[in-house]
Amino acid sequence: MNKACNSISANISYGTQQKKYRLRNLKEHIAEGLLLLCAFLAVISLLIIATYIFYSGVPIFGKVGFKEIVFGMVWKPLEGSFGIFPMIAASLLATLGSVAFGATVGLMTAVFLAELSPLWLSKIVRPAIELLAGIPSVVYGFFGLIVIVPLIDKYCGGGGNSLLAAIMILGIMILPTIVSISETSLRAVPVEYKEGSLALGASQLQTIFKVTIPAAKSGIAAGIILGMGRAIGETMAVILVIGNTPQLPGSLLDRARTLTSNIAIEMSYAQGLHQEALFATGVVLFVFIMILNIVLTTIFRKAGEEK
Amino acid sequence: MKNISKSNSKFKLLAALLVVVLLGVFLLAACENTDANEETAQGDTTGETTSLSGKIMIVGSTSVQPLAEKLADEFNKEHPDLRIDIQGVGSTAGVKAANDGTCDIGTASRALKSEEESWGLTENIIALDGIAVVVNPANKVQDLQNEDVLKIFTGEINNWKDLGGEDKEIIVVSREAGSGTRGAFEELMKLEKKVEGKTVSLVVDNALIAEGNGAVLANVAGKESSIGYMSLGMVDESKVKKVKINGVEATVQNIKSQSYPIARPFLMLTKDEPTQETQAFLEFILSNGGQKVVAEDYIPVN
Repeated sequence: MNKACNSISANISYGTQQKKYRLRNLKEHIAEGLLLLCAFLAVISLLIIATYIFYSGVPIFGKVGFKEIVFGMVWKPLEGSFGIFPMIAASLLATLGSVAFGATVGLMTAVFLAELSPLWLSKIVRPAIELLAGIPSVVYGFFGLIVIVPLIDKYCGGGGNSLLAAIMILGIMILPTIVSISETSLRAVPVEYKEGSLALGASQLQTIFKVTIPAAKSGIAAGIILGMGRAIGETMAVILVIGNTPQLPGSLLDRARTLTSNIAIEMSYAQGLHQEALFATGVVLFVFIMILNIVLTTIFRKAGEEK
Repeated sequence: MKNISKSNSKFKLLAALLVVVLLGVFLLAACENTDANEETAQGDTTGETTSLSGKIMIVGSTSVQPLAEKLADEFNKEHPDLRIDIQGVGSTAGVKAANDGTCDIGTASRALKSEEESWGLTENIIALDGIAVVVNPANKVQDLQNEDVLKIFTGEINNWKDLGGEDKEIIVVSREAGSGTRGAFEELMKLEKKVEGKTVSLVVDNALIAEGNGAVLANVAGKESSIGYMSLGMVDESKVKKVKINGVEATVQNIKSQSYPIARPFLMLTKDEPTQETQAFLEFILSNGGQKVVAEDYIPVN
């Protein structure tokens, strides 16, 4: 009787256990499902956005012609000229220029912070750079319009609204991204590398430039790519300083218009074919950024393999 | 014990489900609520009420926006419960919105294009506005002839010394394609020509493009050798200087007497039958009270 009782109670507890497990399983499944849903949200958004942009922007390539749009030199949307080559060039030049500036200054700053700076100075410099990342882009643009544009006008002439002004603003804007990621990767370089180099008699600067930076190059490259992404996509700050003239810039002091500012400036007024042309600008920007990303990741994957 | 723990988890699950369902219902309800509001607003139109409530949605020209806001403030003194939403997105978008029915009133700061005229919108000219040609206060040039302006904006003259100013390159500040102010300015100054049935803008290609009247003001105020054009009602004379055209200053009187050549209509467009609120607002604008508000910065129509 006692035994039977025991076995029954064991049975019961076994049953409870099993139900508990089943319930837990169910919960796990639900949680997993929710997580999956969240993960898909990004993918779905990307798909919807891409589909919409392509759906609205691709038909005009058929109506006007791919060559006329992508390599066309004249943007007069109300008159049927939809050439966006000047804007592609301006976007590229502004991005490359700002990355050249941002990467140089950013990398040097990162080296300083990671290797040379005394603690108290880092405590001032690092938060300052992080704060730079928090400033809204329209404020950068406004600063550019009020300070940088008149300065360029004064010393170089030509009104000041120029590719150069955009490059300067963008160069500063992308600094925080480049500095923080480069610094992290510089700090991640094993201390043995440095010790080995120093033990071989290399000076501190030799060690930094010949050992530490090469060892951290993939991280630094990641920072630069992210900065590039920010520069090419930036709209508001650029609109305010670049002059928005849809012409191929002949020099740094010329006014220009980027792909993003073309869309932002004219979207509210556009209708019909003009609107489609702006979506086409979006398509080009989209493709452009994808190509950039793919090319850069391949380059750096290869570099990583060689290493 | 097992029952309790089981019912507990069940309860939690139910609670979670309930939250999700409730959230969904709330969202739907919120959406429907606005619809319901609009319905009641429209329902009100049949009843005779002295004080109006509900909502009027006005979308369109950035040039008309400040005037529309002033008029709305004045109208709201009589009808405090009426909400008037005003968005400045551009004339073309305003005409389009009126046609789509996405707003009660679409505004435009230019005459309708022939394509738009065929849409069957009701045009109400609520005011006239001049377009002032503005330069930096430091600029010595005071007076320009019609053809001077034409030559400046087509790039034929590109130095102020040709017009009696300093030896400085002229920076032309224009507006983005589709802007009502640009459209009106080009039309009035003959800065366009017909080529194969299309209207082609003659404004010089390297013009600086400013987005909105405010940006034109900021750019002209900031560059000594620049010239731009903007809505007369928005000229801030502490920052920029109005240029006389053919010796005539851009003022309300001169536009009324038609001696100042660059003026355009401000339109409020409706489609089909306007709601009672919209109708009342339009009637107010064209009444003496409304036109008095118009007269503060612009030119009244009656």
